[in-house]
Amino acid sequence: MGILSKKDAALILDPLADNNPITIQVLGICSALAITAELEASIVMAVSVLFVMGMGNVVISLMRNIIPSKIRIIVQLVVVATLVIVVDQVLKAFAYELSKTLSVFVGLIITNCIIMGRFEVFALANGPKRSFLDGIGNAAGYGFILVVIGFFRELLGSGTLLGIKVLGDPIEKTGLYAFGYENNGFMLLSPMALIVVGIIIWVQRSRNPALIEEN
Amino acid sequence: MAINTDKNTYTIAFAAVMVVIVGALLAFLASALSAKISENERLEKQQNILYAMGVNENEGSGSVSFIGTDKVAEAFNTYIKDQLVLEGDKVTSNDAAYLIDLKKEESNAKAGKARRLPVFVGEKDNKEFYIIPMRGKGLWDAIWGFVAVDKNMIVQGVYFDHKGETPGLGANIKQRYFMDDFIGESILNNGNYVGISVAKGNNDPANELKTDNEVDALAGATITGDGVSAMIKQSISLYKPFLQTIASN
Repeated sequence: MGILSKKDAALILDPLADNNPITIQVLGICSALAITAELEASIVMAVSVLFVMGMGNVVISLMRNIIPSKIRIIVQLVVVATLVIVVDQVLKAFAYELSKTLSVFVGLIITNCIIMGRFEVFALANGPKRSFLDGIGNAAGYGFILVVIGFFRELLGSGTLLGIKVLGDPIEKTGLYAFGYENNGFMLLSPMALIVVGIIIWVQRSRNPALIEEN
Repeated sequence: MAINTDKNTYTIAFAAVMVVIVGALLAFLASALSAKISENERLEKQQNILYAMGVNENEGSGSVSFIGTDKVAEAFNTYIKDQLVLEGDKVTSNDAAYLIDLKKEESNAKAGKARRLPVFVGEKDNKEFYIIPMRGKGLWDAIWGFVAVDKNMIVQGVYFDHKGETPGLGANIKQRYFMDDFIGESILNNGNYVGISVAKGNNDPANELKTDNEVDALAGATITGDGVSAMIKQSISLYKPFLQTIASN
């Protein structure tokens, strides 16, 4: 890895696979269900969380020795909320189109339990560099699953990817639709996201039995 | 020197300092950026109004494409001939009518005060358009938009937007394929101003029938669709006296 020691690299790589916040820790499910009906929304959410989590972990880590433990959760909330509002305002001024896409997610980012969880578990006990890597790693792990779910839901639910009709036109019956294929409207509803998450968890655990908890 | 972070006085002091810093930061940011943000919002409104009357950069059957922000102010002056404000029976011309806040006017009306209704008169290729702003409720939050009709009350274009409808479902009201369905529909039915409903079972998914006052609904977005229907109906009833004078001319 060069710049990163083995231990630091693990901070980024672990959450991508064997310690994934969604599939292993089962955190952040709510937003994974809410916004993954389209691939584009999943990507926007993944990037936003990446930014907020990287920055937030650094800020909390820098303040870790002066935060009063009694109100630490409130402090964490204030940090996330501030970061999100700053991002939102800056985007509104300089990238108005993008900010309109993002506005739906602002509330969802603040309530994302992965962010609070990493602040609480990691940033309060580690230095800024390691916290930054941890934040980036977890956000990437979260984002990766989001994109996978978004990919399948948009493909099977609407027959499109990023809004482009990849399976042909359902109304004019071209492409796959000419053979009687139909979009599965179920895929656009939240419960199907849960089932897709379930399938990912199943695949992951059957490939690596060490992940299965014992009763 | 280690600080005792468990002391109550420290906790209170920390909270106070934090609030002041965060408050100052956000207040500074908001006031520094507010001019730029409201400029963006102003241009967006112009883009939306022009979009409804067909002044846009749409290509084929792809995605929604507004006229560029660099050209929009000029195009707005060219295509929008007049901006009217209706207040009771009074009709006045007002160049800043497009900046009227519909939400504020709605609460004014609820409080029993006079309500100003903006309407825009556009002209393109020797054809007149009357563009009516709309505002309503979707599933989660506000929805709004513009509908452009000609003097025969045939819809020439619409634009919808929303604050927080579900991505992939209700949020699709701002997609081309939904908005384009409205073009050519009439808001009149046997002389009554009925508007256009978003209908689930109209047996006309390709929207070939233009006289049924209905467009095909979006699957999985029933409440948003009903919100769109209600919004159109309500806005049209507000503007009915104005539309009647146009239709009779």
